[in-house]
Formats: sequence, structure tokens, C-alpha cells
Amino acid sequence: MKYQLEVSNITKSYGDLKANDGVSLNIKDSSIHALLGENGAGKSTLVKIIYGSLMPDHGEMKWGGSKYSPKSPFEARENGIAMVFQHFSLFESLTVEENIILGLDGVGLNENFTEEISKYSKQYGLDVNPQQVVGDLSVGARQRVEIIRCLLQNPKLLIMDEPTSVLTPQEVSDLFVTLKKLADDGCAILYISHKLEEVREICSEATILRGGQLVQSCVPQEHSQKELAEMMIGKKLTELARSKINIGSDIFSINNLSQKSDDLYGVDLENINLNIKQGSIVGIAGVAGNGQDELMELLIGEKASESGVLNFNDQDIGSLNSHERRQLSMFFVPEERLGHGAVPDMSLDENMLLSRPNSDEMTNRGVIDWNIVSSFTEKVISNFDVQTPSSRMLAKSLSGGNLQKFMVGRELIRSPELLIVSQPTWGVDAGSANNIHQSLISLADKGSAILIISQDLDEILSLCEQIHVLSEGQLSDAVDMKKNGLEKISQLMVGGEN
Amino acid sequence: MIKLIPRVENSKAMVLLSPLLALTLTAVSALIIFIFILDDIKVSSVFFTLFVLPLTDSYLFPELLVKAAPLMIIGLGLSIGFRAGIWNIGAEGQYVIGGITGGAVGLYFYNVEGFWLLPLMAVAAIVGGMLYASIAAFLRIRYQVNEILVTLMLTYVAVLLLSAMLQGPLRNPAGFNFPESRMFHDSALLPIIWEGTRLHIGFILAIILSFVGWFGIKKHMFGMQIKISGSAPRAAKFAGFDDNKTVWYSLLISGGLAGLAGFFEASGPAGQLTPGLPQFYGFTAIIVAFLARLHPIGILFSSLLIALSYVGGEEVQIEYNLPSSITQIFQGMLLFYFLACDILIRYKVVFNKTKN
Repeated sequence: MKYQLEVSNITKSYGDLKANDGVSLNIKDSSIHALLGENGAGKSTLVKIIYGSLMPDHGEMKWGGSKYSPKSPFEARENGIAMVFQHFSLFESLTVEENIILGLDGVGLNENFTEEISKYSKQYGLDVNPQQVVGDLSVGARQRVEIIRCLLQNPKLLIMDEPTSVLTPQEVSDLFVTLKKLADDGCAILYISHKLEEVREICSEATILRGGQLVQSCVPQEHSQKELAEMMIGKKLTELARSKINIGSDIFSINNLSQKSDDLYGVDLENINLNIKQGSIVGIAGVAGNGQDELMELLIGEKASESGVLNFNDQDIGSLNSHERRQLSMFFVPEERLGHGAVPDMSLDENMLLSRPNSDEMTNRGVIDWNIVSSFTEKVISNFDVQTPSSRMLAKSLSGGNLQKFMVGRELIRSPELLIVSQPTWGVDAGSANNIHQSLISLADKGSAILIISQDLDEILSLCEQIHVLSEGQLSDAVDMKKNGLEKISQLMVGGEN
Repeated sequence: MIKLIPRVENSKAMVLLSPLLALTLTAVSALIIFIFILDDIKVSSVFFTLFVLPLTDSYLFPELLVKAAPLMIIGLGLSIGFRAGIWNIGAEGQYVIGGITGGAVGLYFYNVEGFWLLPLMAVAAIVGGMLYASIAAFLRIRYQVNEILVTLMLTYVAVLLLSAMLQGPLRNPAGFNFPESRMFHDSALLPIIWEGTRLHIGFILAIILSFVGWFGIKKHMFGMQIKISGSAPRAAKFAGFDDNKTVWYSLLISGGLAGLAGFFEASGPAGQLTPGLPQFYGFTAIIVAFLARLHPIGILFSSLLIALSYVGGEEVQIEYNLPSSITQIFQGMLLFYFLACDILIRYKVVFNKTKN
């Protein structure tokens, strides 16, 4: 068997921390190879070394049989290695086409790629409009741009970092067709994902890392999902289950909400109705860019809505801002972590104050008691297992998963009567996601209501008793899961009949 | 090859070291410039006059404090706006208007004695500066007009308004048509706190205001609102802060404080309104604010440093016939080096011996 890429005994340290400790990995020609591991397991470091943005301290690599030690991503790309990053590197003010061209080496901006883009776009079911400005695109559409950009380079090894977290089931299976086709055409794929059922579906091999060390290389089909997950996190997973479902009376309702978007490429919300009862977990499924951002903005209160539309505990809250809504015990976790739910350049302590209701002891007439703030932060850090040296660390220094745990925890310690969460586990590893899901469930068990807006259908299916689908600004009725529910949801997600 | 590598965490040592490094580089550069433009013998004495004499001379030192006061007050106000991402570049204009409104109240009550007059003048000056800055706030909120342009252009309007006032309603009736107001009477003059110098009570107030500012920024939700609005506007909305209020607060505070500084200058060292009221304090305070990294207590020190360059610069002009631009060169270099050295807080320098 021929290996396209052989990585042996790679070690890379940052000070005392060994991010990679003697890691080896062999990727066969034309294969889809999974790289599994929690946040901080060393996946990113390994991938950065392969992609040439980091140099290893020890160890060597072979590419197509000959020695390979890239000094820059440019060199890696020249060799035929392309990568789709989890955090997109797109210029928001430029169009899709301009962004794609900028990502190609040795191509001028005046060249026309519209046709090629549409070709790949059609071939792989990656729906984008080349002339649209990226700033107006949803997270999902941005990722599609990134994928097309890589495919244009005809890579021999395609590295994909959590590629499916924002796609619909239909898009995921389309992507899998693409990936299998690419693999058949001779392109190896290094597939980083925490979605283990996907890995078991399309990957022929898996390498599992934990704490910078190689745990095992295996054939994923030979292990159950749970076994794979436990190898990854090195301990037993908690089964998700509601201990008691205690549905109470209505607590929150949306009545005939319609809202034209201010943004040219935004989505108009049309006649949305929703009812949430105490103790229930309600899910809104749907592909990004179908009105989630617009809806979330209105729910948080970043934008006022007309009177009579939003009701919380029989009170019209349409005109209240987010701070005033928090006084009523509504709390929110937005999708974007950096810059929305948290300020990147501020410490966790300072970020603690973002979603503070007036009723707590952190401030007295606006004067901040930093000791009390820190004690709240410490509580979030310990209760929700946030990995950070101290509460004084800047938010941007935390990994995505840790910051997400902090943000969810920050709202949960308020014991909200209603929690509205968007994408609670986007880009979060399996262990952390399990933690977050577990804490949402125990909140609901205590009688609070939760609204989850997520593109991760598995998440919605495993947590929610009442599921709606948001498509092109319209919200479906609750889907009856007993009658072909999954099929119905898939149809609704791609804009099928309501 | 020299490389800049981002640090994982901001370097605490560099936060303190970078200003010292910038100062050293400024001093070395100044030395090199002097060596080129001066005879060798004079270099050390010019250096002494520029940097040391203002600190040791019993006349120059209080002058340094006199000049630091308005810089401190204006810099404090500007730093609050800058934190919020509201760029009030026209503090000089608000300073002039504050001088006019505060001074006009003093002139209106000419020869009326009373302890209440000074506070009244101060209030008039603050309100004047606030109103003038509120033009920019209103235009920005209502019509999305950039506040940088509005505040900057209104500076020239303010200076012209001052000269119109001095040739019209505020002119000294017995002043031989010179464009100057009457000398303020005693009740309208700021008390001197150092006998025999021009150092007035405004300096003490400036220090108190710095500490009030520090409290507001570090210990109060107001400071958080300003900081969050400046660094992450969407997070500010998430927190429920009203962004229009942030614009109003920023411009009203910086305008009001600039107005107060204008009144201090008129009722302090000047003792009257003259066309010489605008002294570029409003612009220099921008440098002061940034040298202090917008920190209220830092501004206390950076305003003293910049005042040193003013006083030292004037002194070498008088003693050695050097051009007045010495002061500006010094201030420019200081800011330049300071911003350059600040990169060391977030990046570390790596000397890479491997060839590419």
C-alpha cells in the first residue's frame, strides 16, 4: 500500500506544553482519513505542521515517498495540499469571487473565475453566488466559499477542519458524495471532525489524539460511536437523558412576528409563531442564513419589535433592550463568540459583566466590585470546567470550546426562566459538547424553558421535545416526530412544503 | 532576519518598559539631531536646558505644571471618547468656546465681587464646551456624519468666533481697539496656589479629575460601557448598552472638560481673553492621551512629560536661538517611538539565524 503522506514521531512544544508528543500518522492514497481529538489534543498543531504554518521540533514527514518539510503554507499548496479552515479567512468586504481569487497563488484579480466557480458549485452542490459580498453571507455559505476555493487548486491532499458542522443533512450527504469522488480521483482527505457517526460513515481510517499523544490508529467502523468518543476524551461519556420532563404553563410566545430585513442580503422574517412552555426544550432547526441571525437579534432585544409580538410571562417585551429583558430572567447565548457574546480583548472577569442583570451583587449603583465579579467568574470556570489559568485571561486566548463553555455557563449560573441559545456547540469538541448539553438538560429539568436555534440537527434531535424548522424566514409548526419526523425536517430545511 | 512573533499573552514587563524604551530612543534621536545642528560644545548644555532645567529651575518648574493642567484635563476627556471609538479631534475648538463662555460670564459680572463667580464661570465653560461638542454628536447620530471631520472643522469656526467676539461684544472698551477683553477682576481670577508663580488651583482640580476619571473607567459600569462599545459594538448591543448614549457621553464629557480647560487658561495664566488663547493644547492632548494608552492616571504623567517639552523647548529658543519647531519635533518623535515600542507588548522580537 502506498502512502501519500507519512508523518513520523512529530514533536512540537510551546514552552513546557507538548502540543504534539511523538505523533505518527499515515495517510493512504485515495483515502479519507479521520483525525479525532478533543480541543487541545494537538490536532491543530499537527495539521499546521502538515500545512507548513508551523515547524516541528523533532520528527519528519514524507510526501509521496520523498522527504517533505514545508516552511510555509505556500510551499504546502505548491505540493498539492489544500485546507479548509474552521475559522474562515475571508475578506468580508469583497465578493465571493474576489475572495476565491485572492486565495489562489499566482492569479490576478482581473481574471474571471465566475464560470469555474459555478462549475464546482454545481458539481458539488455548494450553492454560492460569485458576485455576492461575503460580509452578507451566513456562516454556512462562507464555509461553502472556502471549500470551493480549495477545490479550485486541484489538491492531492485536502484537509478539512470540522467541515460539516454548518451543513444540512442533504448538504452533508452531497458533500460526502463529493469527498468520495475526490478520493476516487486520487485525492486523499484528512478529515477533522467530532461528529463520530460521520467519521464512521465516510472515513476508512482514523487517528485519535489525546493530550498531544497518539491514542490509537484504527478503522472507525470496527468501533462504536461511544467507544470512539471515550477513546478521544479518555473517560466515560454521560448518557443524555431528561430525568423528569415537567411541562408547565406558557412562558414565552412569539405572535405573528414579521420583520423586513434592513440588509440587502438579509432574510425577511414572515409571520413567525412560537409557543414555549416552562420546563420544555424547544429547537429551531434550519440551515444558516434562513433568518436565524435576524430572529436572534429580535429575541435578544438588540433590535426592538412591534408591540404584542413578543410575550414573556404575560408581559409585552418587544420594546425592552437585552439588559431589561435579563431583569425578567431571560438570558441569551449568541452564536458568534468573539465580538458578540464576548469581547475578545477583555478578561473573563470583564466579560462576566456583559450579561449582568441589575439584581446581582457584582455592581452597586454602577460601581463594580471586582472581587465579587471574580468570584462569579471562578464559579463559572469551575462549574463548567472551563480550561483557563485564571479569570483574568483575555477571552480571545481561550479555545473556542472553552469560551463557549464560559458563555453558556455565564448565563446558566443565573438560573434563567428562559434561556435562548444559538448554536450552543458550534466548533466545540465532543467532551465539551456533552458537558454543555448535560447542563442545558439539567436546567430544563429544574423547570426552566430553553429555546435552541441550531444547524446541528443531531443536537436538536437529542435535546428537544418540540422541533420547528426555520426556512427562508418562515417557521414551521412543530414537527410530529412520530410520523416520519426526520424526513419531514429534512424537507422543511431545504424549503419544502410547510 | 528579525521576526515579530505574536505573544500568547500581553507582556506585563513590556507594558512598563516600552515607555522607558521610547523615552530613551527619543532622547538618543534628539541627541543625534543636536549634534548635527549644533556646535559640539553646546550639545550637553542644550540637552540640559531642554530636559533637566524645567524640573529644577524654580521659575520653570511651576510653569511646567501650569502647562500640564489643561493637557491633563483635555487628555482625560479625549481618552474616554477614544476608548469608545469616538474620535473628538476638535478639543481645541471646545477649549476656545469654553474660554469664551466662561470668560464672558466673568466679564458680564465685571467688578462684582463674590465667591460664586468662579464656579459660575466654570459651569458656563463646561456647558459651552459640551454644547459645541454636541453639534458633532447630533450630526453623527442623526445623519451618520463623521465626528472627526465635524469636530476638526468646528475648531476653525471657534477660533474665528473668538476673534469676532474680541473685536465686538467682549472687546475692552478702554483698550485702544486692541482685540482683547478687559483684564478679569480678582473674583474672576483663579486663586494662585504657589506664591510668586502662575500656578493656579486648576492644577489641583486636574489631578482630582484624573482620579475621578480613573474611578469611572476602572470601577464603574460607565467605563465598561465605553470600553465595550469601542472594542466590540455588537457585544455592547448584546449587553444592552445604548450606542447613541455612548456617543453623547463621549462627546459631552470630552467637550465639557476641554471647555473647562479653556476657562482655566483664560482665568489663570492669561487673566483675560486674547487671540492668543488657543495654544494647541486641544491637539497636543491627543498625543497626551495616547502616550498614556488612554489610562487616566497615565495621563497625569504624560501631560507632565509633554509640558516638559513645551517649557524646555521655549527655554532653548530663548537661550540658544533654536527654532520653535524643536518642541514639535520632540513631541512627534515621542509619539512615534511610543507607538512603535508598544508593539513589543503584543509581539516578541525573534532573531532568526536560519537562512531562507
